[in-house]
Amino acid sequence: MRIAILGARVIDPASGLDRVADLFIDGGKIVAIDQTPAGFVAEKTLAAQGLVAAPGLVDLNVALREPGYSRKGNIASETLAAAAGGVTSLCCPPFTKPVLDTPAVAELILDRAREAGHAKVFPIGALSKGLEGEQLAELVALRDAGCVAFGNGLESFRNNRTLRRALEYAATFDLTVIFHSQDQDLAEGGLAHEGATASFLGLPGIPETAETVALARDLLLVEQSGVRAHFSQLTSARGAQLIAEAQARGLPVTADVALYQLILTDEALEGFSSLYHVQPPLRTRADRDGLRAAVQSGVISAISSHHQPHERDAKLAPFGATEPGISSVQLLLPLAMSLVQDGLLDLPTLLARLSRGPADALRLPAGRLAVGAPADLLLFDPQASTLAGESWHSKGANCPFIGHCLPGAVRYTLVDGHISYQG
Amino acid sequence: MTPIDAKRPLQLNDQGQLRHFLSLDGLPRELLTEILDTADSFLEVGARAVKKVPLLRGKTVCNVFFENSTRTRTTFELAAQRLSADVITLNVSTSSTSKGETLFDTLRNLEAMAADIFVVRHADSGAAHFIAEHVCPNLAIINGGDGRHAHPTQGMLDMLTIRRHKGGFEKLSVAIVGDILHSRVARSNMLALKTLGCPDIRVIAPKTLLPVGIEQYGVTVYSDLAAGLKDVDVVIMLRLQRERMTGGLLPSEGEFYRLFGLTEERLKLAKPDALVMHPGPINRGVEIESAVADGPQSVILNQVTYGIAVRMAVLSMAMSGQNAQRQLNQDNTEEHN
Repeated sequence: MRIAILGARVIDPASGLDRVADLFIDGGKIVAIDQTPAGFVAEKTLAAQGLVAAPGLVDLNVALREPGYSRKGNIASETLAAAAGGVTSLCCPPFTKPVLDTPAVAELILDRAREAGHAKVFPIGALSKGLEGEQLAELVALRDAGCVAFGNGLESFRNNRTLRRALEYAATFDLTVIFHSQDQDLAEGGLAHEGATASFLGLPGIPETAETVALARDLLLVEQSGVRAHFSQLTSARGAQLIAEAQARGLPVTADVALYQLILTDEALEGFSSLYHVQPPLRTRADRDGLRAAVQSGVISAISSHHQPHERDAKLAPFGATEPGISSVQLLLPLAMSLVQDGLLDLPTLLARLSRGPADALRLPAGRLAVGAPADLLLFDPQASTLAGESWHSKGANCPFIGHCLPGAVRYTLVDGHISYQG
Repeated sequence: MTPIDAKRPLQLNDQGQLRHFLSLDGLPRELLTEILDTADSFLEVGARAVKKVPLLRGKTVCNVFFENSTRTRTTFELAAQRLSADVITLNVSTSSTSKGETLFDTLRNLEAMAADIFVVRHADSGAAHFIAEHVCPNLAIINGGDGRHAHPTQGMLDMLTIRRHKGGFEKLSVAIVGDILHSRVARSNMLALKTLGCPDIRVIAPKTLLPVGIEQYGVTVYSDLAAGLKDVDVVIMLRLQRERMTGGLLPSEGEFYRLFGLTEERLKLAKPDALVMHPGPINRGVEIESAVADGPQSVILNQVTYGIAVRMAVLSMAMSGQNAQRQLNQDNTEEHN
């Protein structure tokens, strides 16, 4: 379909473009910016004055829950929620049932995602069989089936030797490994950041060192093996500092943070609301400030939703008996816009952390708004607001932001030139 | 961004009266004093030949214990009986949950049997809050101990013990000794002492048995028992669980006793009339010497007696606060109609 988008403020962080312009889409690609191509007759014209046109958002961690956990979500529901949040490309983590450690599971996910057509899905394969940390998964076969990176989630490897070998094997084939660095022993039994709030509530703590000890080890093993590495879901200021130090000494590692970690702190746990039960945990104000600074400076180049939808029952129990996670991909754009509203980031930088940054971290063909690039883009109104929860597509309503009025509203999300969401 | 469901006084009704009793956090001094005064008046009931008052006649108190207990359970039973309530006690740890029924369903079923008050003990911190907020908000929920978080009736019976022996809190030095980290009793005691105006609260423990951020309770930390006991008016000893040795928190019971056990010798460092308290069950020779536990300064058994009066006070106050709220809600609905 030929679409003309007229008069939007076009922001492409990758090229530095930021001005009012017209966009022309044909055959699923952006064919021109400003100049109407010769003979172009639009089948659909979007009057976009006052709207921002940006590359479609790229979310590095959206749990789709399929196969295996259909009571929590499925590929159709969660990718639609993503489209409503402005997302055009997303990565799904391997903790499905069965685990995403065989090409068959990857193919199933990709088939269903194509069928649904709401967003481009890039699966992350399991680094070890069954995520058990003992035996390598067939990484090359998984890559050939469409996996863009490999991780073991919060599950640790049986020992450092096995982990080291996994990294070396991945490095052989230039595969990217994703770390969720958390030392299992130090985190054992923990439910919340080990600090004043958890102590007061009597919740067993997860110390900051659970992250930093594992992170320091992982960075050293990355350096030794030469593997391409991305560090996901940082929670602590010191963790971000370790990444900064590694980058400063020339290690080409990237990092992301969950959007909610930039907004919430462990103080939200007062009152024991299970909506704030997440793993790794919410940490202190100082940690949140450190993470924000790392996002500003670019040490953390990606912000992701770390969307984890749950059925109602999963959160309906005393805090420690509930399942961790927040359903938030549908609010990715407006929640992230609250960072702009609060003066923490300017709009182009925010959009960079939500598109080009994550796309580059995993070398995804996404995150750019340029002539010849796929027409994956987002049109939103920065002056309007979103009442979170007014419409809700995710199967998981486990979101503490429901009821909040958030800045910015997604008007259109386009994937390969077709409208995947209209707000 | 402030969470919408930010902390609110879940356990108070619109008039500031107790309707649940979940934790001592956020309860004003006047309310704690009211509990102590009410408990004082109930102590006389316990001394009578006929030990009953009709305050909860026709009401059903349901003790739901997801964790084992002898003292707390029986004193709650006695307290409810002395208030003339019907009492049911369920040890859920051995029944429904092993059949896969959730906490939510177990309590909803009991609610359907027309219970008025739940006394709940549960191994998860926040369990009582969860029940009061999400399961049975219209019943009076009394926390009989939740994880490491709170044991508010124990906290108040300890305060009653101190007040009856020392008259007040304003001039006291109180030491709490032992496993603070895992202790809901310690947390409730620290909160109660602070609220009631105790100027010198000391905690004495090795670093492995202290929660991070203990300073928030306004206490002074000692790692040396002798220094911490110096001239105190009250010593509260905590129970040390055997499993603390295996987790690497302590080398051995012997070493703990040598460093933190309360012996007659060490008690001499406290004021001569210092009280010795313990929430029970005591481990003789682990945290406390038998001679001290059974000695003249020990009020450990008084604590048990006072526990009944405090629980009577809390049960009757919460029931009346919950009734008042129900009446209030009804009036509001009628107005709107």
